[in-house]
Amino acid sequence: MKVHSQKDFTSGLLFSAFGVAFAWGATTYNVGTGARMGPGYFPLIVGVLIAFLGALITARSMIVRTEDGEPIGSIAWRPLIFIIGANLLFGVLLGGLPSVGIPPMGLIVAVYALTMVASLAGDQFHWKGVLILATVLAVGSYLAFVMALNLQFPVWPTFIVG
Amino acid sequence: MDLIANLSLGFEVAFTAQNLIYAFMGCLLGTLIGVLPGLGPVATIAMLLPTTYALPPTAALIMLAGIYYGAQYGGSTTAILVNLPGESSSVVTVIDGYQMARKGRAGPALAAAGLGSFFAGCVGTLIIAAFAPPLTELAFKFGPAEYFSLMVLGLIGAVVMASGSLLKAITMILVGLALGLVGTDVNSGVARYSFDIPELTDGISFVAIAMGVFGYGEIIANLSIPSEKREVFTDKVTGLMPTKEDFKRMLPAVLRGTALGSALGILPGGGALLSSFASYTLEKKSKLKPGEVPFGQGNIRGVAGPESANNAGAQTSFIPLLTLGIPPNAVMALMVGAMTIHNIQPGPQVMTSNPELFWGLIASMWIGNLMLIILNLPMIGLWIKLLSIPYKWLFPAIVLFCAIGVYSENNNTFEIWMVAVFGVVGYVFHKLGCEPAPLLLGLILGPMMEENLRRALLLSRGEWSVLVTRPLSATLLAVSVVLMVIVLLPSVSKKREEAFVED
Repeated sequence: MKVHSQKDFTSGLLFSAFGVAFAWGATTYNVGTGARMGPGYFPLIVGVLIAFLGALITARSMIVRTEDGEPIGSIAWRPLIFIIGANLLFGVLLGGLPSVGIPPMGLIVAVYALTMVASLAGDQFHWKGVLILATVLAVGSYLAFVMALNLQFPVWPTFIVG
Repeated sequence: MDLIANLSLGFEVAFTAQNLIYAFMGCLLGTLIGVLPGLGPVATIAMLLPTTYALPPTAALIMLAGIYYGAQYGGSTTAILVNLPGESSSVVTVIDGYQMARKGRAGPALAAAGLGSFFAGCVGTLIIAAFAPPLTELAFKFGPAEYFSLMVLGLIGAVVMASGSLLKAITMILVGLALGLVGTDVNSGVARYSFDIPELTDGISFVAIAMGVFGYGEIIANLSIPSEKREVFTDKVTGLMPTKEDFKRMLPAVLRGTALGSALGILPGGGALLSSFASYTLEKKSKLKPGEVPFGQGNIRGVAGPESANNAGAQTSFIPLLTLGIPPNAVMALMVGAMTIHNIQPGPQVMTSNPELFWGLIASMWIGNLMLIILNLPMIGLWIKLLSIPYKWLFPAIVLFCAIGVYSENNNTFEIWMVAVFGVVGYVFHKLGCEPAPLLLGLILGPMMEENLRRALLLSRGEWSVLVTRPLSATLLAVSVVLMVIVLLPSVSKKREEAFVED
């Protein structure tokens, strides 16, 4: 057996794993019968179908030939980590993490942090430019979201404004 | 005349100063974000959704429709000037549009796209107004079995007309269905797959999924490609107006494109993508007049036809959404989500219970199209300036808007964690070559399908055969099967692959 499409092989396996897990989760709820569908009935069908189709995709990747083996290629760790990291940091700074005692720092601090961390994801990084961008975005989001659209945000750190 | 009475009610609603301003704001914001390279209409609407939270429902929907048209228009601008299709439906515009731009005829190309879209939009609006009421009548005859089968047809239709592997697309729909089932089961009150997290009992926010998969996933994928120099024709846009000769060639292409788009848009799953491909193929098949530029080298018909078709298709794809409550594509799935946020359950009852909203929305579609013409064509210079903003300034801003957007949905940081999770998931999909659009459809339709299946089986005492013994339901399922068979036929599947690779 030879894998002809790395992408399909992997996605099929992932789909199958997800389907099995989903179907298994469904059996922990009351499945019921067709006439009286329990909360687990429809999820069970969906999970089994996903697992089955996933297996088909995997099987197909070992039978149908492709030109280049459809490799997945390398993973872009740098953008992945910095973009997702910037997003998480934004959440922590904006709302705080009460469970570990981090107070909310508010929108302005969070915007600066997000812009700087996200900018690290690109291949060029200049402090001055990023600071200008962060300032523009901070002022812009304050005007657009807080003033104009009246959305509710903690704007400043809670230990300053109380 | 009902049609005229209905439309005049609609225009009364839409022509208030307040709603006109929202339509204008929508078009403006939609174009502003949509013109940015690498952001399609789905990502644009998901990003701008929060700007409508604070508005009354009618105004919010009018603004969203404006955003949608703006995003589509912005997408064509990017396609023509940068050779970068922002969405799959402008893939064919790129072929001749970019060549026109290279020859210094970017102005006429943009005008052809704009005028063609406007004409198609007018026709599309009339078709919606004429066909929505009778279709709504039909929708009231639908029982749960019919609804279930219709959704199956809609989902199958959406994948057979999409590009890429059919098997993977169907699996993606099912994954979407599965994600849509997370949360409290309406019937039993059981919190499914919530892992004891209180926020998950309300289900996974579709905004978080859309932004994560379409916003973050795309950004990460874009950044992984080393930044290359792109040729942008910023200073070459002179003389917007097409020549008399151009007009003569454009007109039949626009008419054909509009007819094709209006017809295909109504089909479940059809919409903009299929329409533009079909129109381009049709134009290419027709004979070249003497002295005309061949296709692929900057023929104006290759821009005008597909652009009209895709706008007409985009317009008429509102019909299944407004009359049946079933979104035919990912953009409409977002519209359903937006309606639910404003406590409107899309479906046949909207027209009778909320006529102002229904007809106001239809009238504002036309107004939105008009605004694109009178505001955006003259402002083209400004949009072109936006194109020259380097990506390194853009993507932090996009990340920020996504983060702020999901947070403001519930004022809860939990949504920010979810968007991070789905950003990673989106990147994995990208790496594995899985198209994410079907997932969004499944996500919206999941709970509806379960509910209708439950009702159908309850009425039939557990007999699955009810889906094939009721004639209407059987027909719908038969059509889905036929569609699948046609696509899987060796000769068709080969053609299909060619059609989507051709560029």
